[in-house]
Amino acid sequence: MFRYYFRLGIRSLRRNMVLTALMIAAIAVGIGACMTALTVFRAMSGDPIPQKSSQLYTPQIDNWSPERPPGDSPDHLNALLSYIDVTAFMQAPGAKHQAAMFATLLSVRPNDPQQKPFKANVRTTYTDFFPMFDAPFKYGRPWSATEDKNHSAVVVLTSDMNNRLFGKIVRLDSEPYTVTGVLDDWQVLPRFYDLQVQPFGRSDEIFMPFTRAVDKQMKVLGSIQCNGDGGTAFETLLRSECIWLQFWVELPTAADAAKYRAFLNNYAAEQQRLGRFHWPPHTQLRNVTEWLRYRHVVPNEVRILILVSFGFLLVCLMNAMGLMLAKIMGRAGDIGVRRALGASRAAIFAQCLIETGVVGLAGGILGLALTALGLMAARSLLSKNFVALAHLDWTDTTIAVLLAVGATLVAGLYPTWRAAHVQPAWQLKAQ
Amino acid sequence: MQFRPILSAMRRNKVGAILIAVQMAITLAILCNALFIIQQRVALSERPTGVDDEANVVVLDNQWVGNPPDQAARQEGDLAALRSLPGVQDAFATNSVPLTDSGSTEGISLHPDQKTASARAALYFGDEHAIASLGLKLIAGRNFNADEVTEKVGYTDLKSPAAIIITKGLADKLFPNANAVGQSIYDDFSKGQVPIIGVIDRLQVPWVSAGGWGSTFNDSSFIVPFHIVIPFPVLYVIHTQPGQAAAVIQAAPKKLFDISRARVIGKTRPMTALRTEIYKDDKGLVVILGIVCVALLAVTAFGIVGLTSYWVAQRRRQIGIRRALGATRNAIIQYFQTENLLIAGAGAAIGIALAVSLNLWMVSAFAMQRLNTGYALIGAVVVMLLGQAAVLWPALKAASIPPALATRAA
Repeated sequence: MFRYYFRLGIRSLRRNMVLTALMIAAIAVGIGACMTALTVFRAMSGDPIPQKSSQLYTPQIDNWSPERPPGDSPDHLNALLSYIDVTAFMQAPGAKHQAAMFATLLSVRPNDPQQKPFKANVRTTYTDFFPMFDAPFKYGRPWSATEDKNHSAVVVLTSDMNNRLFGKIVRLDSEPYTVTGVLDDWQVLPRFYDLQVQPFGRSDEIFMPFTRAVDKQMKVLGSIQCNGDGGTAFETLLRSECIWLQFWVELPTAADAAKYRAFLNNYAAEQQRLGRFHWPPHTQLRNVTEWLRYRHVVPNEVRILILVSFGFLLVCLMNAMGLMLAKIMGRAGDIGVRRALGASRAAIFAQCLIETGVVGLAGGILGLALTALGLMAARSLLSKNFVALAHLDWTDTTIAVLLAVGATLVAGLYPTWRAAHVQPAWQLKAQ
Repeated sequence: MQFRPILSAMRRNKVGAILIAVQMAITLAILCNALFIIQQRVALSERPTGVDDEANVVVLDNQWVGNPPDQAARQEGDLAALRSLPGVQDAFATNSVPLTDSGSTEGISLHPDQKTASARAALYFGDEHAIASLGLKLIAGRNFNADEVTEKVGYTDLKSPAAIIITKGLADKLFPNANAVGQSIYDDFSKGQVPIIGVIDRLQVPWVSAGGWGSTFNDSSFIVPFHIVIPFPVLYVIHTQPGQAAAVIQAAPKKLFDISRARVIGKTRPMTALRTEIYKDDKGLVVILGIVCVALLAVTAFGIVGLTSYWVAQRRRQIGIRRALGATRNAIIQYFQTENLLIAGAGAAIGIALAVSLNLWMVSAFAMQRLNTGYALIGAVVVMLLGQAAVLWPALKAASIPPALATRAA
């Protein structure tokens, strides 16, 4: 039966090629626009560390007073931390792993004297960084906690950087550093632990102890925001309320997180007692998922595009619905004959629905091609902050086809219902 | 033109008419919001930086390898060499320029013991060459004197600047009712009293994103007379003679490497290139929304053509009878055009309401600006004209139905 209806459907579609082509084109264009926006959105809102995104937390604390200049931050919390607070957090017990960090940029002098020096993105952090973020090692191991304490000149390289440098010792800003380990391929997108500079683009290439970087007063790659004390001078930076650091902590259970929240509040209350804060505790602890949402990692532009493209799909579907109505009602005579020859309403309904489904399927497949085209266009028009990792995968393909067929069927329901209610007698008389 | 027969015909064809009207309403809602966003993004990406001629201001970043002790002298040598290049008007060294998305801000206070700063502003390092190298416009006071410029060595140097030059935007914020020149401010990093010696018309902060950091103080910047001496990248800004930028971009890195090879030079490019790169997403959004608008109009137009053609086909006999009874071709065309105008009018009315509510929602969800009602009206006119254009072809086909059709059997 299905095959018969399918053949009938195809035949009917071929009878009016222009109308059929218009319907398929309308659905395809709508699906193409929608899927392009949706694919970009899905890629950007992906979980960078799915196995741990609910166990890794970053604390926030208001160290700038509630009477800050207008336009700074709606919730009076900063996205970065001061050295004072980070130092206190590093001393706090109760975390499985914890690491303070900041990014810097160093010049690297390759061991091969023929090569020109180049710049590398360096992450300065603590040894816990690697087990906390599940960074896999290809060779060697992270530096030790003792090396953190001794401010040692040690580094971990990414495998790309290792291939470029080659050697047990690397020279960063003319100083020798010992390589303790080399990472295997490891990428977190977006770079949730530091969303400041190109979270989807540039990645860290070299890792070194935070304590060493502070010793050497390395340049902070990212923003340093101050609120009326100190400034960008490094020594005052360490004593001031200026914010410039990230801090992450691994808390495996909800109970650990609750305990940590209590610790944060006690800490802020203590600071108030000591006279550093003249306002009541205002702290926050967010996990990776919450943090990405809070920091608007998916830009509003992408959300606007989603909205616009779904509106567009709606218009396309209504369009297809109108055309379908025209097409089916144009065949009222045929339907009348079929009904008179004994076809039930259900049979007519099924036949028209299958015809609609075929249109939806064709629209979906063409729409997928348009999506691929749309993504290519988006990649050339937008920066890496938007479309770095957007590509069509199987999930997107399935969504596209299901969306096309499903939406077309819904749009086809009314025309189909009308077809099923054609009065055979009336139609035959009119003929 | 009589509306009665049109309305009664429409009543028998409700769904089709409603479909077209709603389609036009959604098209209108998307269209005017998209046009509004396009206009805003274009305005955003065309904001002036205060630099007079971005095509002839070349920026390169220089970083010494290691931390050579004589950096200040090296920098002085580099800049002198750059100024002597053919085609170069002036050059200076700084921490940041507009359109780079990275720089520093400082709080500016009017009293030494203020708890919260009076204004936040972007900090640019410079010297007596800064204004000429960037091509800024000094509107009050004077430029730095060479003896006011000192070296700021490393990050530990905390001395306060001898004087500062601020933008008009910052001056208006700090001293709304007075002349800023001659007044003093207290900056975050030194806490010292610093006299304002000059006001420049405009110098945009380095950050450009709409609603992001810097968006609330976009025109508040100040220049401090320091030679920045740090073992990190320093920007050299070169103002070239008109048309000489390309030659200088070639010559400058070569000249610098001739002086010393122990350095890393990043990209050397004119500020127009910085502008293109930093506003890429805004331009991209404009193009994408533009394409969507055109596609949307096309789809809606084809939908109208399709449905109206169907109506014409359905009414062939009736049209033939009308023609036989004396209706002119024009009368038939007018019938379909009036019909479409009625549907489009209803669609436009719904569409304007939809457009405004969509915008209101975006205002609350994305912190967008309120839609200018002009856009809704323009959109309504566009959509109604589109309907008229789309209906023309089916209407002409209807008009060509011969009156003789009425005499034939069905």
